[in-house]
Amino acid sequence: MRNMPWTSLGIIAAMLFMAVFAPVLTDHSPIDQSLAKKLLPPVWEEGGSTKYLLGTDIFGRDVLTRLFYGARVSMIVTAMALLVGGGVGLLLGIVSGYVGGRVDTLLMRLVDAALAFPTILFALLLAVTMGQGLRTIVIAISLLLWARFARVVRGEVLAVKQRDFIALARVHGCSPARIMMVHVLPNVLNTFMVLLTLHVGVVIVAEASLSFLGAGVPPPTPSWGLMVAEGRGKISSAWWLSIIPGIAITLVVLAFNLFGDWLRDRLDPKLRQL
Amino acid sequence: MNGDLVLDVRDLHTHFFLRRGVVKAVDGVSFSLRRGEVLGLVGESGCGKSVTALSLLRLLPKPAARTVKGEIVLDGEDILPKSDREMRQIRGRKIAMILQDPQTSLNPVFTVGDQIREALAKYFQGPPGSIMARAIDVLRRVKVAAPEQRIHQYPHQMSGGMKQRVVGAIAISCEPQVMIADEPTTSLDVTIQLQYLRLLKELQEATDMALLFITHDFGVVAKMCDRVAVMYAGRIVESGTVRQVFDKPAHPYTQALIASVPRMKAQVGRLHTIEGQPPEFSNLPPGCRFAPRCALADERCHATYPAQFTVGEGHTADCWRLEETA
Repeated sequence: MRNMPWTSLGIIAAMLFMAVFAPVLTDHSPIDQSLAKKLLPPVWEEGGSTKYLLGTDIFGRDVLTRLFYGARVSMIVTAMALLVGGGVGLLLGIVSGYVGGRVDTLLMRLVDAALAFPTILFALLLAVTMGQGLRTIVIAISLLLWARFARVVRGEVLAVKQRDFIALARVHGCSPARIMMVHVLPNVLNTFMVLLTLHVGVVIVAEASLSFLGAGVPPPTPSWGLMVAEGRGKISSAWWLSIIPGIAITLVVLAFNLFGDWLRDRLDPKLRQL
Repeated sequence: MNGDLVLDVRDLHTHFFLRRGVVKAVDGVSFSLRRGEVLGLVGESGCGKSVTALSLLRLLPKPAARTVKGEIVLDGEDILPKSDREMRQIRGRKIAMILQDPQTSLNPVFTVGDQIREALAKYFQGPPGSIMARAIDVLRRVKVAAPEQRIHQYPHQMSGGMKQRVVGAIAISCEPQVMIADEPTTSLDVTIQLQYLRLLKELQEATDMALLFITHDFGVVAKMCDRVAVMYAGRIVESGTVRQVFDKPAHPYTQALIASVPRMKAQVGRLHTIEGQPPEFSNLPPGCRFAPRCALADERCHATYPAQFTVGEGHTADCWRLEETA
């Protein structure tokens, strides 16, 4: 295939590889502390060690190892949140767009409410009431995602609904449920796929932000956002603590966004260059 | 007239309830269809032809439109009181439809075979192989060349005429008693139009189904139909056999419509047009709806809607001028 975004795919593949093979790639533990070796700089800085390529943090844990395991957390959160939030959004978007009328009005006002409510605040509330953890963070991010998905999918359904094959399916005696599943859903899947890829970045950033604020994954589990937060106090003396996970977040989000853009162009026949 | 009555529409009223008032899109329409008969429903844009068709299928846009009065007797049963579930059984099996635009009439993400089989599977039980064979057979009946290959193609791989044939194949797949064709050739290439009309006529004759043919093209009516009903502003103003209506149009509107059809042989001058605009549905004149545009209208025409007068056998028209002759 021409014009494949190889750089993006490379970065995405590297992240997945890191996440899946984290225990094989490194001997260090992401959690065990060793205060004797704390705040070692990366290997290319003065005083750096080849044992700790990207240095160590304030508890003497290897930054590279934590980056690997952090990729795992990011991946799990992303997958779960997209599955839950995206799935719910897709379903409600189809129902809202196809059924229309009062159902549509009600669902869209709910979407408005969900979009108006600050996610961070909501996540903090959840973290207080349910306790920190993966579950909390997935729920918080899903609550943001479903509304965005529902809104876009609904718009797409409104367009698909006007096409004659939907009318003919009704003429042929299809039930509304069947029309939604068989005739509407496959026609909005393109849009859904693009939305998914474009929201991977959103989820990673949201997870990082929540962890940074302390509403996300509880320490000592490594998460990129948490690593940025932990290094914040030492930014002037040990820059690598915050900057390295920051670079990782930026690269991965950028890669997913570029991939999403490419996918959108590929799947949109109007933009496709033959 | 051969055969028995399959569709009998009596005094159908379908209104749109909008914020700015009630729009009486179909206001007292009656007609009937016998087995093997082709009825042309003619009228200019916005006269209520398509709303009539949707009323027959009970697929009106909800909640704005509602059939408020009348009876639609399909195969001996009034379908208006039926539940949605019962209607789903009727649609496709007893009544089917072909729409104007083949470009959007097929689902782009499935092969045509999938779509024909979906329609078939609802009504015929059997192993996948036999349904596939039946689907190929249906394609063959609409004269698609090489149906075994075509059945695996997607709609975008076909031409407009071919797609419209597939739509026809889906419509006839469950052997409906009544088929509604809502301007099925308007978006086809002119050279394909005649071909498609011939095919439709052949299918109709072969299956002996009743065809309600909606169009605004009098030329097509002459070729296709046994009888014709002329609609104006939500009512049928004249109906009769094609010969009767063409030879002796009784209603001034029909006369004007026929006069407006350009003729190849006639001297080329200004084309005949009907003065004025059709009335606003929300502001219909109290009398004859055509009166404001009718050269022959008198006071009575403006005051009260004309009764129906019989002009010939099975030929009726709503016009006061016919009172003396009737």
